[in-house]
Amino acid sequence: MKTSTTKPAASRPSRASRSRGPSARELIFGDLWEFDPAPETADPHIRSSYGLFINGKFSPARKGGSFPSISPGNEKKLTYLALADATDVDAAYSAASKAYEKVWSKLPGNERGKFLYRIARLLQDRAREFAVAESLDGGKPIKESRDFDVPTAAAHFFYHAGWADKLDHLAPGRQVAPYGVVGQVIPWNFPLLMLAWKIAPALAAGNCIVIKPAETTSITALKLCEVFQEAGLPPGVVNVVTGAGETGAAVMSHPLASKVAFTGSTEVGKAIMRSLAGTGKKMTMELGGKAANIVFEDAPLGQAVEGIINGIFFNQGHVCCAGSRLLVQESIADDMLTRLKLRMQSLRVGDPLDKNTDIGAINSKEQLTRISELVKSGVAEGAELYQTPCRLPSKGFYFPPSIFSKVTQSHRIAREEIFGPVLSILTFRTPEEAIEKANNTAYGLSAGVWTDKGSRILKMASQLKAGVVWANTYNKFDPSSPFGGYKESGFGREGGRQGLLDYCKLL
Amino acid sequence: MTSRLPITKTPKCYVGGAFIRSESARTYAIREGEFVANIPQCTRKDVRNAVESAAKAGPGWQKRSGYNRGQILYRLGEMLEARKAELADAVSLGSNKTGNPTKEVEATLDRILYYAGWTDKYEQLLGSVNPVAAPFFNFTVTEPTGICGVIAPDDSPLLALLSLILPIITSGNVVVALASETRPYPAILLGEILATSDLPGGTVNLLTGFRKEILPTIATHEHIRGISAVANPDERKLLHTAAADSVKRVHTLPSESPHDWLTAQSLQAIANFIEFKTVWHPIGA
Repeated sequence: MKTSTTKPAASRPSRASRSRGPSARELIFGDLWEFDPAPETADPHIRSSYGLFINGKFSPARKGGSFPSISPGNEKKLTYLALADATDVDAAYSAASKAYEKVWSKLPGNERGKFLYRIARLLQDRAREFAVAESLDGGKPIKESRDFDVPTAAAHFFYHAGWADKLDHLAPGRQVAPYGVVGQVIPWNFPLLMLAWKIAPALAAGNCIVIKPAETTSITALKLCEVFQEAGLPPGVVNVVTGAGETGAAVMSHPLASKVAFTGSTEVGKAIMRSLAGTGKKMTMELGGKAANIVFEDAPLGQAVEGIINGIFFNQGHVCCAGSRLLVQESIADDMLTRLKLRMQSLRVGDPLDKNTDIGAINSKEQLTRISELVKSGVAEGAELYQTPCRLPSKGFYFPPSIFSKVTQSHRIAREEIFGPVLSILTFRTPEEAIEKANNTAYGLSAGVWTDKGSRILKMASQLKAGVVWANTYNKFDPSSPFGGYKESGFGREGGRQGLLDYCKLL
Repeated sequence: MTSRLPITKTPKCYVGGAFIRSESARTYAIREGEFVANIPQCTRKDVRNAVESAAKAGPGWQKRSGYNRGQILYRLGEMLEARKAELADAVSLGSNKTGNPTKEVEATLDRILYYAGWTDKYEQLLGSVNPVAAPFFNFTVTEPTGICGVIAPDDSPLLALLSLILPIITSGNVVVALASETRPYPAILLGEILATSDLPGGTVNLLTGFRKEILPTIATHEHIRGISAVANPDERKLLHTAAADSVKRVHTLPSESPHDWLTAQSLQAIANFIEFKTVWHPIGA
């Protein structure tokens, strides 16, 4: 309450005083009071080992290969996963192809839709169990998996279920048809949600699927296969193969896949594009990003701070659309930095299963190494690093929330996707400069704009080269809202009518 | 008295609103039994210059209203109508007297009108307001992809060329096009017609030359964001492989199978070279 001695408590802080520093009282108690642990205790029902899900059944890999899956929160082994090789992938495609020919393509749309509705409902029934499994396996805080990942995954099935018998309305003036069998590879940052993003529209459109989850986060995908069984989904309609890059390459390049969809790094996306060149396969790519989050001086700064924090620290920053480049108008840059540092101090880093945790575990040791390496480069290149003085758990992979000020456009931390809880702050003076800097990247997935001026929002939104623009908000997602990138962030959309159409052939 | 000797035309490419020869000063002759004309044999440097012109024209063309773009395309139709006979002669060059040049020119005119009518309508069909389950106003609009490369086939050298170009510029993209190698003359005339329409210089840039020289540069140029091509299997492989380096949007048609260019028009052709942008804003006091 330092400020209360100099001015009456009732008076609102003037604009000038707001720009000098935060007027909010500092509710930071240091080590005075600690939160009690508040672990989520629902049983995740993880089996001791999982086979590949092919033709409606779990079966071991043909060569018997398997690999362990650990929890990044404490490095403990969770289960063993089957390692699919090319022959397993081939079996999965045969099953998918047969299911398509014999069953799925013969079902009327409304019957297909009923399966999707069932899946949505069964997933909602077991939501808490899935949330715990997701946080254990991937490291994200339970409050995110519980309140965002799992419910949004169910919402994707529910939304697309209703499309299955309305495909005639999808493309103006055209009839559509499914591709047949589609191959999909997804990353580790939103394991269940991304699975739903991929599977729900593909099934609604009438396709059958071979999908590979990421090798570090396959458990909820395999648990969802149990849901498929409970829902009575015909065998072979969805096949899940587990493994790493080689398995993924086999899924992408299989001749029975008439369409492939990939979400992951731009580097791997480009490699897939090259390997499929000349095959005529239809592709959609959802690749990396380096989003600019632009804050003007007239923005509601309190809301902006929350949006910036959410934009970069949501899911430990393992978000392709993370607002990793903060562009602050020069006049409020110092104020913003102070506010951000203050807000960061109340972020709780630690056990993903603790309900009070804001930032959980980094997904893998490799990713932790990559983040550390990029942060070192930021320091070496002259940017100013601030990390909150938080205690990190001794076991598991953790990284403290970090912000860099005095960042220039040429710094690696301003150009490369860090995919971690690391924010780079740059400044600008005019809207034109903000646009110039925001668009100065090969990526174009998302962007944020914070200002109170409506006309400026619309102008900025139209000039930002990005597939998603969040104005006075950040990191919002919905099954009805198309998501996807410009430029090297990929092509094709996921969500909404536009996303569904990417799983259909025009006749 | 001898008959008057006509003035023959020097064929030139149309780049940045100006008529150019190749920077290399190379040409190749087209013949119909006897010599007809020397056509510029453009180089990769000419491609790069054309991309620069397109880049300058892009923002202005994109900013025009759909209504304005529609009127400009209609004006293009007006200009082309006036030179129908000359164009039909150009189309018949190198055709071995197959096809119906007049029909091709008339179909081209109708195609121009078709896309002129789309300029202020496609957005309402492709974009959307999205009913998200939270208090946000959420909408998806289309934006042009940017600079697009066009590789035209030898069949229907006028109709196919414009059938590839028109849907791309309808939404505000700009084009660098390579005309038919063996039947380039209609593209030479098209440049003159474009110059007298109200289409801003640089919006459409027309190059002539050898496919094997030009195609790899169009495939690899990083400022070219999309490619619409009629290509053989090797060329398609090259286009898609090179596109990976900068994640280009590539749409190809096989040159080994025949196409009915008389019916080749669709909303989908416009949708191939647009990007969807989704914007979120909270609803509140």
